[in-house]
Amino acid sequence: MVIALLAARRSAGRVGAVVGRNIGAMRSGPSYLLVLLSGLAEPLLYLLSIGVGVGALIGTMELDDGSRVPYAVFVAPAMLAVSAMSGALAETTFNFFHKMKYARLYDAVLATPVGPFELVLGELTWAMIRGALYSGIFLAVMVALGLVPAPGAAAAFPAALLVGLAFGGFGAAISTYLRGWEDFDLVSTGQFALFLFSGTFVPVRDYPAVLEVVVRLTPLYHAVELLRGLALWRLEWGLLASLAYLVVMALGGLWLASRRLARFMFP
Amino acid sequence: MPAKTLCEIVVAVGYGRGVVGEQPLIYAEGLVKRFGDFVAVDGIDFQVRAGEAFGFLGPNGAGKSSTMRMIGCVSRPSGGVLRILGMDPVRQGAQIRARLGVCPQLDTLDQDLTVRENLITYARFFGIPRREARRRADALLEFVRLADRAGGKVEPLSGGMKRRLSIARALVNEPDIVLLDEPTTGLDPQARHLVWERLFQLKRQGTTLVLTTHYMDEAEQLCDRLVVMDGGRIVAEGSPRSLIETYCPAEVLELRFADGTPGEYADKLAGVGERLDPLPDRLLVYTDDGDEALAEVHRRGLIPSATLVRRATLEDVFLHLTGRTLVE
Repeated sequence: MVIALLAARRSAGRVGAVVGRNIGAMRSGPSYLLVLLSGLAEPLLYLLSIGVGVGALIGTMELDDGSRVPYAVFVAPAMLAVSAMSGALAETTFNFFHKMKYARLYDAVLATPVGPFELVLGELTWAMIRGALYSGIFLAVMVALGLVPAPGAAAAFPAALLVGLAFGGFGAAISTYLRGWEDFDLVSTGQFALFLFSGTFVPVRDYPAVLEVVVRLTPLYHAVELLRGLALWRLEWGLLASLAYLVVMALGGLWLASRRLARFMFP
Repeated sequence: MPAKTLCEIVVAVGYGRGVVGEQPLIYAEGLVKRFGDFVAVDGIDFQVRAGEAFGFLGPNGAGKSSTMRMIGCVSRPSGGVLRILGMDPVRQGAQIRARLGVCPQLDTLDQDLTVRENLITYARFFGIPRREARRRADALLEFVRLADRAGGKVEPLSGGMKRRLSIARALVNEPDIVLLDEPTTGLDPQARHLVWERLFQLKRQGTTLVLTTHYMDEAEQLCDRLVVMDGGRIVAEGSPRSLIETYCPAEVLELRFADGTPGEYADKLAGVGERLDPLPDRLLVYTDDGDEALAEVHRRGLIPSATLVRRATLEDVFLHLTGRTLVE
């Protein structure tokens, strides 16, 4: 028991050291910080252009429970989900892949007592910190624009972190399968398809039946459902299913990524 | 096991270091590494004792790096026994790695961090507290003569500086064993000498060094003991001096001829020296007396376009053992 606790503490220290490496990288120059901030800009621009701009043309949207909300209120939680997704994916696909294959950073890290699981967990934790920053600022903008009540924002924040964790784990696992930079086109295409068709701009029930079934299997749909339900405070049982989906995705991604990394790094 | 103890006594006396019966820091027996059908390391035995500088010498593809990666606990042995610091690398990898310093063949420095941050961050991976990490980083930057570059980025450093930074990084956890995979490959002569000098100082401080190299002079300068590897096997073992004495006469006479192949001249020089080795560009005559051998060449009426009498080196040992030159 004592040994297990000591081991856990030592392991937590190693995870922390991996996070600390990224904080060091951020502090060492403006370039990485700029990359971090630019990740926030995209969903904010969509929120303003489509949510507020297009929203003025559309007026209100009918929710599943029959009530009507302004279009910007409908779109904003989805943009929050997208922001959490892209923040996590940027860190765990592009950066993870670069560090693993080109910068050979993980060769150096794994020559120390830090193991593959601790390394992936540390990178995910960092992606979470980055995601928390994005989600926090995004929610603050939503509150300032009157798009979400404060309690809804408070409930949506931890859920947004879970969304980041789920996509982060998934992204790290994907990175281990990528062959080269050309494969990133596939990743960004997939990401864009999710962005467009996950009930982000249009309710999924308006899709053709086949497409609706497909969409209900994809991760961003569940992220949008969960965040929209919490932000608009429409609590239904379905949210639990989305919650479970994201938890399984986070754990599965973490497990697969560390396993694959171990195999790649320790042939 | 009495046989083993006797062997250790012989070794301890022979090399004048270590306590009789002391466990080797690294012990390998029948060690194998396979990648699919390809056998990179084909059943090798070796031991590394505390305080010695041990070398793996061999051409590219001999299995040196694969062996180093197994010692570094980042590659699983496919067969045989490997014990490092008395531990099993498969089950106790993290514990072993905590006590190793690794300087890889290709620099794996962190381009996003400053020179000093590289060391501090690396120390954190070993659980070294930040304050202590800073102290060690500053001391190590002094040691490898990079203190004036501490606040700068890694990228503009020269190859030799990067290698020295990698060596400093390998020392940040005050390791029991430092693994150096081709520490001076790709460096210019001046940079090489500075790296050697630092490694020599480490050796004097009693740090156990395990290095791979395909440079003869490096092995002769740094290694107390080495194994020569070829095709995944160990083909010879000993101190640089003893290897040369075992496998080669004291001197080598190198002959170049303006016309004809060295092979043709080998026939004409049969009986000169102890052994003749025709290479594509020159003829080597192994002999205890190079000047006398040269006189004999002249007596036979042959006029080489260039001659050189030199001491036998590890290169000659390798050539003798494998029939090939080392760096091709």
